Amino acid sequence: MGCGTSSSVKDKKSETALKAALVIQNWYRGRSAQLKTRQRYALTIFQSIEYADEQGQLQLSNFFSFMLENYTRVLEEDSELVTHLLGSNIQDKDRRDYLGLIDVPDSYCGPRLQFPLTFTDIDLLIEAFKQQQILHAYYVLEVLFETKKLLQRMPNFTHTKTSPSKEITICGDLHGKLDDLFLIYSKNGLPSVSNPYVFNGDFVDRGKNSMEILMILFVSFLVYPNDLHLNRGNHEDFMMNKRYGFTKEVLNKYKLHGKKILQILEDVYTWLPIGTIIDNEILVVHGGISESTDLNLLHRIERNKFKSVLMPPVPIDGDRATEKENKVGTTSTARGIRTNGSLSEQLTKHEWDQVIDILWSDPRGKRGCYPNTSRGGGCYFGPDITSRILNKYRLKMLIRSHECKPEGYEICHDGKVITVFSASNYYEEGSNRGAYIRVSSGTPPRFFQYQMTSATCLRPLYQRVNAVESSAIRMLKERMISRKTDLIRAFQLQDCSKSGKLSVGQWAFSMENVLGLSLPWRSLSSRLVTTDKDGNIDYMSSFQDIHIQKPVKEVQPTLIETVYRYRSDLQIIFNVIDSDHSGLISMEEFRSMWKLFTSYYSVCIDDSQLDELAERMDLNKDGSIDFNEFLKAFYVVHKFDKLNKSDTTVA
Amino acid sequence: MADDRSREGTETAVAEFHKKIKEAFEVFDHESNNTVDVEEEEPTGYIRFEKFLPVMTEVLLERRYRPIPEDILLRAFEVLDPAKHGFLSKEELIKYMTEEGEPFSQEEMEEMLSAAIDPESNSVHYKDYITMMVIDEN
Repeated sequence: MGCGTSSSVKDKKSETALKAALVIQNWYRGRSAQLKTRQRYALTIFQSIEYADEQGQLQLSNFFSFMLENYTRVLEEDSELVTHLLGSNIQDKDRRDYLGLIDVPDSYCGPRLQFPLTFTDIDLLIEAFKQQQILHAYYVLEVLFETKKLLQRMPNFTHTKTSPSKEITICGDLHGKLDDLFLIYSKNGLPSVSNPYVFNGDFVDRGKNSMEILMILFVSFLVYPNDLHLNRGNHEDFMMNKRYGFTKEVLNKYKLHGKKILQILEDVYTWLPIGTIIDNEILVVHGGISESTDLNLLHRIERNKFKSVLMPPVPIDGDRATEKENKVGTTSTARGIRTNGSLSEQLTKHEWDQVIDILWSDPRGKRGCYPNTSRGGGCYFGPDITSRILNKYRLKMLIRSHECKPEGYEICHDGKVITVFSASNYYEEGSNRGAYIRVSSGTPPRFFQYQMTSATCLRPLYQRVNAVESSAIRMLKERMISRKTDLIRAFQLQDCSKSGKLSVGQWAFSMENVLGLSLPWRSLSSRLVTTDKDGNIDYMSSFQDIHIQKPVKEVQPTLIETVYRYRSDLQIIFNVIDSDHSGLISMEEFRSMWKLFTSYYSVCIDDSQLDELAERMDLNKDGSIDFNEFLKAFYVVHKFDKLNKSDTTVA
Repeated sequence: MADDRSREGTETAVAEFHKKIKEAFEVFDHESNNTVDVEEEEPTGYIRFEKFLPVMTEVLLERRYRPIPEDILLRAFEVLDPAKHGFLSKEELIKYMTEEGEPFSQEEMEEMLSAAIDPESNSVHYKDYITMMVIDEN
C-alpha cells in the first residue's frame, strides 16, 4: 500500500543496517577470541619453559652431591668451595669489620639514610629510585645488618590480627619489578600502623630492580616491624639468584662491594619468616602445602638452617663420621669432606621437605597430593588436601603466590585457596596483570588489579598480543635449537620413507617427547614449521631461520649445542667453583668440572675438543679461564632479526 | 573399498581434531580438572571437556565458524556508510556497534576504537582498518 512504502523502505534499511552491524560484531568478537587464545598460548609457553628450567635447577642439587663425592681430591685444597656447597656460617660477619672500611664520599648524591629509620626514609628511597639512583653499598649493608638483627627476633610464623577498620593488604611475587611496587604503594598507600602489608615472597630475580625492591621492603620493615610482614619465597635463595639474575644485578650495580652484599644477603634470606597467619584464619605462605604439612613442626624448626633448595641435608653415616680438628675449626666426615661445626647444623630431611613443600607447591584441581613434576620440587595438592589441612589447624583459607596468573589472582579449591601475583607483565609486556588483596575479618577479600604499561598510550590488543606471542615463540625456538640433534633423530625415526615430512600428529609427538613441554603443538605448528598443501609438516623447516653462533669455525655442532643447552647450569656450577667471585677458574678446575658434568649428564663430547675450543677462543688468561666470556660466546642468532644476540641471557 | 578408506580418513581426521581440541582445552584448564570458564549462560559457569569435545568436533568437521571473508566485511561497513565517504565517524560507529545487532559492551567498544580510530580525524577509515587487521591475521 501507499502508506506502507516509506516505512517498509525504512524497515529494509534498518534491517540491512542490523545485518551489517552483526557481521562486523561477529567478525570482531571472533578476532578478539582468537587474540585472547594466542595470548593464553604465549603465557603457557612461558610458564612451561620457566617450570622446566626450575626442574633443571633442582636437578642440579643431585649433580652437586655427585660432584662432592667425586671431586674431593681437587676440593681438599679448596675448603672454601666445600663449605660454600655444604653451607656455612663462616666467620662471624661483624658489621664493624665491614662498615668501618666503607666510605661514603661527599660526591655521592644518592639517598642517604638516617638510622634509626623513619617513614621519611621510605619516601626518600622511593623518590631516589624513581630517578634511577643507586643506594650506596654502605647503606645497603647497614639495612641488611639491621634487617637480619630484627628478623632473628621474629618467630617462624607471624601472627597478626585485622579489624573492620584495619584491613591488611597481601601482595604476591614482585620479582624485581619496581614499577609495580611503586604502583601498589601509590594506589594502596604506604605501609603504616593503620595500613599493614604482607609481602608473600619472591621479591627478587628476573626483573632488573630486585635490589631496589629489597631495599624499600626492608626499610619499610625496619620502620614498621609489626605492620610490614615479609614471607620467604623460593627465590629468596642465593642459589636461585645465581641462575635467575639477582646475583648478576648486584655484582653489576656494586662492583666494589657486591660480594660482601651477597654474603650478608644469604644470611638475611634464611631469617625471613616462613609464613603469616591472619586472625587465626588465613594462612599466607609463598607456595602451598602438602598432605604431610605439619604447622606445629614448622613453628618449631630452626628456619635459618634452610640455606638453599640446592643444599639438601647431607646424608650422614653416624658410625663412620670422625671429628678432626684443624685450624679453621672444621670437622671432617669419612668422605674427606670438611664441614663447619657439627652435623647438627643441618635440618633433618623431614624438616627440610616440610619447608620445600611450603615454598614450592602448587594447587591443582585433581584430588590428592603428587610430586610437582614440572618444577621438580614440592608437590601438587588437591582440594581434599586443602580441606584436610585447613580443618586440622582450624583455618579457613590459604593465600599463596608462586604462580603467574593472567588476571593477577585466581581463586580455586572452592574458594579456599587464592593465588595472588603482583608482578604485571611478568614474562613480557602484555603477558598478565598484577593484583593485590585486602582482607579483614568478617568481610570477603577484595581484589585490586593493575597492569604497568611503558607506552604513554595503551597499544591496541592485537599489537600487544603480537608482541607477547613473538617473544614466546622466539623462546620456544631457542629451546628447539638447543635440542636440534635429538629432535632430528626423533623425527627421522618416524620418517620411514625419508621424505623430510611427517604428519602433524607424528611431529607433535616428537616435539612433546624430546622437549618435555606440554604445549598445544597442533595449534602452534603454524608458527613453528611450514606445512605443505596436504597438511604434512616439513620438519627441518623450524631450523632454517635460527642457529647457534659458532664461536670458532672448526667446532663440532654437537659441542656447541650442548654448551648452549646447558649454559645456565654451567653458569651456576662455575659460579659455585669460583667462590671468590673473580670470574676466573683455573684450566684444571674447568677441565675436571667439564669431565664430571659430561659423565653425570651422559653427554658424549670429546674432552680434547673443549680444550681446543677454549684455546682458540683465547679465553685463557694465565692458566685461568674467564667462564662468563666462554658462555657468552654461545648465543642464538635469529636470521630475520634486527638484533644479533638472543634476548635470553645467561643468569 | 573407497567407502572404507574414506571412513578411515574421517576417523583419523576426527582423532586428530580430538587431540587438537584437547590441547587447546588444556591451555585454558588452569586447574587441570577438565573444566574451563565459560562466558555463556551456563548454570555453573564452567563447561566440562566431555560435553565440549563432541560439539567442537562437529564444528570443526563441518567447518562452521569460518573466518568472515574480507569483501563481506567491507560491504558491511559500506552499508553503514551509504554516502560513501570511505569512513565512519566515531559517533556513528559507536551508535551502530552499541545499539544494533548484538550490542558491544563498553570494554569491547573501547578496544575496537583503540585500533580502528584515526586520532587526527576522529573517524574510522574502514578500508584501511580491515586491511590492517587482515595482514595481522596472517
